[in-house]
Amino acid sequence: MPATFAEKLLASAADLPAASAGEVVDAYPGLIMSHAASWRCIRTLERLGTDRLFDPDRIAMVMDHNSPAYTAKTAGDQKLCREFAASHGIAKFYDVDAGIAHVVLMEDGHVRPGMLLIGTDSHSTIYGALGAAGTGVGFSEVAATWVTGYLWMRVPESIKVTIDGPLGPGVFAKDVMLRLIGDLTADGATYCSVEFGGSFAQGLSVSERMTLCNLAMELGAKFAYVPPDDVTRAYLRERGVPGDAYTELFPDPDATYRQEVRIDGPSLSPQISCPHTVDNVKPVEAVAGTRVDQVFIGSCANAKYEDLAQAASILRGRHIAPGVRLIVTPASKKVVQRALDDGILSVLLESGALVTNPGCGACAGDGGVMADGEVTLSTANRNFRGRMGSYQAEIYLGSPAVAAATAVRGAIADPREFTPATEPAVAR
Amino acid sequence: MTGGRCVKFGDSVNTDLIMPGRYLVSIDPAELAAHVFEPLGPEVQERVRSSHVIVAGRNFGCGSAREQAASGLVGAGITAVIAESFARVFFRNAINTGLLAIAQPEAAAAAEDGAEVQVDLAASKVTTDGRSFPFPPYPASLVRILEAGGLIPYVAQQLAADGAR
Repeated sequence: MPATFAEKLLASAADLPAASAGEVVDAYPGLIMSHAASWRCIRTLERLGTDRLFDPDRIAMVMDHNSPAYTAKTAGDQKLCREFAASHGIAKFYDVDAGIAHVVLMEDGHVRPGMLLIGTDSHSTIYGALGAAGTGVGFSEVAATWVTGYLWMRVPESIKVTIDGPLGPGVFAKDVMLRLIGDLTADGATYCSVEFGGSFAQGLSVSERMTLCNLAMELGAKFAYVPPDDVTRAYLRERGVPGDAYTELFPDPDATYRQEVRIDGPSLSPQISCPHTVDNVKPVEAVAGTRVDQVFIGSCANAKYEDLAQAASILRGRHIAPGVRLIVTPASKKVVQRALDDGILSVLLESGALVTNPGCGACAGDGGVMADGEVTLSTANRNFRGRMGSYQAEIYLGSPAVAAATAVRGAIADPREFTPATEPAVAR
Repeated sequence: MTGGRCVKFGDSVNTDLIMPGRYLVSIDPAELAAHVFEPLGPEVQERVRSSHVIVAGRNFGCGSAREQAASGLVGAGITAVIAESFARVFFRNAINTGLLAIAQPEAAAAAEDGAEVQVDLAASKVTTDGRSFPFPPYPASLVRILEAGGLIPYVAQQLAADGAR
């Protein structure tokens, strides 16, 4: 019977000849990720009365939220994780210097095509960027899976999203996803696996694929997936993962989809998600001029190297508006290193940005939160009330290019008005 | 059979509203209960704490995978959530923390704010205002987790049984 990616993947993870949408299987993840929630998993494990782990090599811990610690409680939680990892032989332990779990694990070659991953983070759908299937679970479920090695999973139905390219200048994967979320709404893909295809997805950078798959969570998706291709293989090869270390999975051409959606890339303009839900999406033209107090370039959605470069291409030779705070929180230490090496960090700093340590930062309400009545334009993936400080503050979401343009104007702006080649630099 | 007075919400209640990220430093349901629905103000919080059932619209529990959204509700005395639909991570977290999560759109629409709502898991029906609404029975594996009081007590029982064998 023809099968979708999700059906093939869960059959493989459950060691079954086949699995169909709707079936419940016991699936064995190839990698179990826990981030700042790791200490909660460890405390929960204590309640299980055992600490015999199914396979320490399938466990990854990354200290990304609330890092470095800003309270003694958090410092203690992180110490617990550090000691647990050392005493239990968890080699994939990443401390507070590493960055956001999702990006770190992909950068380090731990995520491979055909793999099932679970994580204590809803945006675990991001792993689909490398042809894997990732999904978020709670900390109890991670603790239980550490011991048993498996968890129940319902095989999801699938939605096929075809994105026709190319996108116009100043328009990116973020805009595609915000439009899709606006059209399908925040529960448009609940419990479904979202398979991306079309001329835009083919040959797309892994960074932009991460943005596609990350934001699929905001449709309620269980998995997201971009078919592996030469771009995937090259990304993995550069990270020391040879082609024979994984098995690529592809949907059958005649597989059954619950829904098929098509997005016309060339006609798309930059999109903005307005307070206080991600599916409250408008084209930038509709909200341009909205005053902001802060711009945040960060999160697992859009703080990768390519995202910083996208922002820098607008900020180069320009300065942010007086009174506006531009906070840049790179996704990982490796992103910082690369942006340092090629001058991107200097461009950001010279434009007036504050560049913080890598990690989740303000997206998780860490550093860079807002006072009552303030407004932030953020490159993150959520704009829920109170997520960045005051319950009486507002968050708008957009691409790194929108963020850079907005920082320069001090109000939500269309990055297409800042094409580096056509507009002279603004004097400082 | 479980239930009691309900408090009713609309669509897309996200987990940042149910349990703001700043309180995830705790995993104690009693401590968490003090902050449930804090962004919506003390009046809503008091109503939640004096209720046993939450009734809601579409996509209840969307957003972050934080398990404390479910365990905080348990700490606040909520035993069941009846919604038109659930976000998938919240649904899992609810089962895993022993909180009944039932997608029954008609019951969610019929239940009046403040009304008595009863859930009979064995008979797979929700009752409110003298009307009963059946729902598809939970898979047996999920019933076992719920009956044990959540995933961790369930797995602990299994491990103990395996050890005794």
